[in-house]
Amino acid sequence: MSDRTSTRVEEAKVQTAAATAEVTALGGGPRANDGGSVVDRSGPGKRLVVYAALLVFALVYIYPFVVQVSTAFKTNADAVANPLRIVPDPITTAAFARIAETDFPLWFMNSVIVTLCVTLGRVFLDSLAGYSLARLKYRGRDALFTAILAVMAVPGVVLLIPKFLVLNYLGIYNTYPALIVPLLVDAAGVFIMKQFFESIPPSVEEAARIDGAGTFRIFWSIVLPMAKPAVITLTILAFQGSWNELPHFIIATDDPKLFTLTRGVAQLTSGGLGSGNQFPISMAAALLMTIPTALVFIIFQRYFTQGANAGAEKG
Amino acid sequence: MSTIQAAAGPGTSRAPRRGRRGEGQRQSVAGWLFVTPTLVVLGLFLAIPIAMALWVSFSDWNGRGNPFSSRVNLVGAQNYAALLTEPGLSRQDFMISLRNTFYYVIGVVPLQTVLALSLAVIVNQRFLKGRSFFRTAFYFPSVVSSVAISLIFLFLFTGTGAINQFLSVFGIDGPTWFSDPRGLIHLVGDWIGLWNGNRPPAALENTQVLSLSLWEWLSGPSVAMSAIMLQVIWTTAGTFMLMFIAGLQDLPTEVEEAAMVDGANRWQRFRAVTLPHLRPTILLVVTLGMIGTWQVFDQMYVMTQGGPAKTTLTPAYLSYTVAFNQNQWGEGAAMAFLLFMLIFVLTSVQRFWLRDKDVARERKAERAQRRAAKKAVKA
Repeated sequence: MSDRTSTRVEEAKVQTAAATAEVTALGGGPRANDGGSVVDRSGPGKRLVVYAALLVFALVYIYPFVVQVSTAFKTNADAVANPLRIVPDPITTAAFARIAETDFPLWFMNSVIVTLCVTLGRVFLDSLAGYSLARLKYRGRDALFTAILAVMAVPGVVLLIPKFLVLNYLGIYNTYPALIVPLLVDAAGVFIMKQFFESIPPSVEEAARIDGAGTFRIFWSIVLPMAKPAVITLTILAFQGSWNELPHFIIATDDPKLFTLTRGVAQLTSGGLGSGNQFPISMAAALLMTIPTALVFIIFQRYFTQGANAGAEKG
Repeated sequence: MSTIQAAAGPGTSRAPRRGRRGEGQRQSVAGWLFVTPTLVVLGLFLAIPIAMALWVSFSDWNGRGNPFSSRVNLVGAQNYAALLTEPGLSRQDFMISLRNTFYYVIGVVPLQTVLALSLAVIVNQRFLKGRSFFRTAFYFPSVVSSVAISLIFLFLFTGTGAINQFLSVFGIDGPTWFSDPRGLIHLVGDWIGLWNGNRPPAALENTQVLSLSLWEWLSGPSVAMSAIMLQVIWTTAGTFMLMFIAGLQDLPTEVEEAAMVDGANRWQRFRAVTLPHLRPTILLVVTLGMIGTWQVFDQMYVMTQGGPAKTTLTPAYLSYTVAFNQNQWGEGAAMAFLLFMLIFVLTSVQRFWLRDKDVARERKAERAQRRAAKKAVKA
């Protein structure tokens, strides 16, 4: 039992490390051996091979998005006849006009509402729980943590039918709470926050405690601001997770008024538009739902680099 | 805590002790208060659902009314039996979904791991300019919605789409990807002359194992499934690439230097130094890959709905349609539990298989030594 728990902890640790590494690697934060001391003896031959491989991979990774953007501005005939051509002929925004006539704006609003609530809720509740598990001393804490780790091991797709059963039983099927509340906490987020809080020196809190600050005040105005990097990591993960979520929204509602982008667009293209393949429309829809992700991705990446560098300077 | 006592000094030892008890109580109240929301949500939407679904998987609930009402009958293991032991459509569909996903997993997991590692090694080259740009480009698909990616690939892989136009440049007549149910192993066997795909060998076609003929079991992933596999490999490699980059950057430079001094060439260095160092990362990537691939659902929901000819049916998607569309909730729930157990067993087996053999060997040696020492003492 304890052995299994410890391997699970190990796994979760690596996972957390990976999540943090994800952001660090992307932000290009300071790294020990970046351009390290090994004398680089790579000859021109090797460089050529590496650059050639890079070019191929870059093409494979970037071209689909280029096709997506350009097809969104094509006519349907042009899209079918010249799928590889980058410049649309003629350029048209008809696909976007057509999308505006559908429920797309409603789905977008629903996605924004759900994502905002879930992200705020997750960051707050995960931090709160993470702080409690990392720093507050009480009986049953270790058992709680073990239980939360066990929960992390349950594969999400297995829970589709079970979650519907509970939503239905509670009478909140087809409501906003059904979309939002089950996503409000994620065990992995609790774990990330706990790990981070444990790395903050306890002396800061003790000083505040002597000054008579309450536990919540210590958490809210002293410890949480120090955990900024972890909070940002969690924000990115929560935003991305809830904006892109599909299975949960499928089982939480069948009311078209409550469709989010993922659900609505998936349905829009599988026959919602009547006959024929309307590729410019599906590409435009895909493009519109990707833009917020891309923006958050770019903005937070920069933000994180700043945060990481500031931390390094202080240290 | 010790700070408080030290500050209070020895003369006032009673007051701080009371204060400490108050503090302890306060921490315990706050501690429970802080985790309560998390516990409520996880309990309501994870623990209780699992219990409810376990109940439903042993019942004949049809989706109407309360699953705990007296009109719902417990049917024992009948739902499980229908999926595993009784010949019939339910078992056939379930076996088809397992076959499809099996081929999907053994295709996707190794390829995405190798692609992720290759991308990481390339992007990690020190002389490279614009490394962070390429890192971002390779990672970007991982953060984009699977629905958006699926739409793009539906377009790229249509019969007259970009992929087939590209292939036609080399004189290759591409298939109609997402509507092609032919199995890859069937096609390859046909191509190398092992069998005729239109008239499969009788020995294979007439032997039935678990509601499918051997010929059907041996199909390999269909062309449609292969297109989905390509998409998933392309999408997820970026995430795993970041894990490998983190692993590569933790590699101490001295070790590499030493290997260089010893005259090891690039490939030898990679095999003997880098790969062993990355072992934990590889284990993590393969485990996460297995857990993720067995659950594949989104792509089937958006792109194929299990078709063509059920060749992209997966357990996750099948359990969803059986429950939500056919109202056979007991069977759907049973399928979900079987999938859960399958993932659990496979990841355990695989963890054991890929465990650090050096550590295991050391432990074994230690145990042997201890035993020997005991014997020596006795003697």
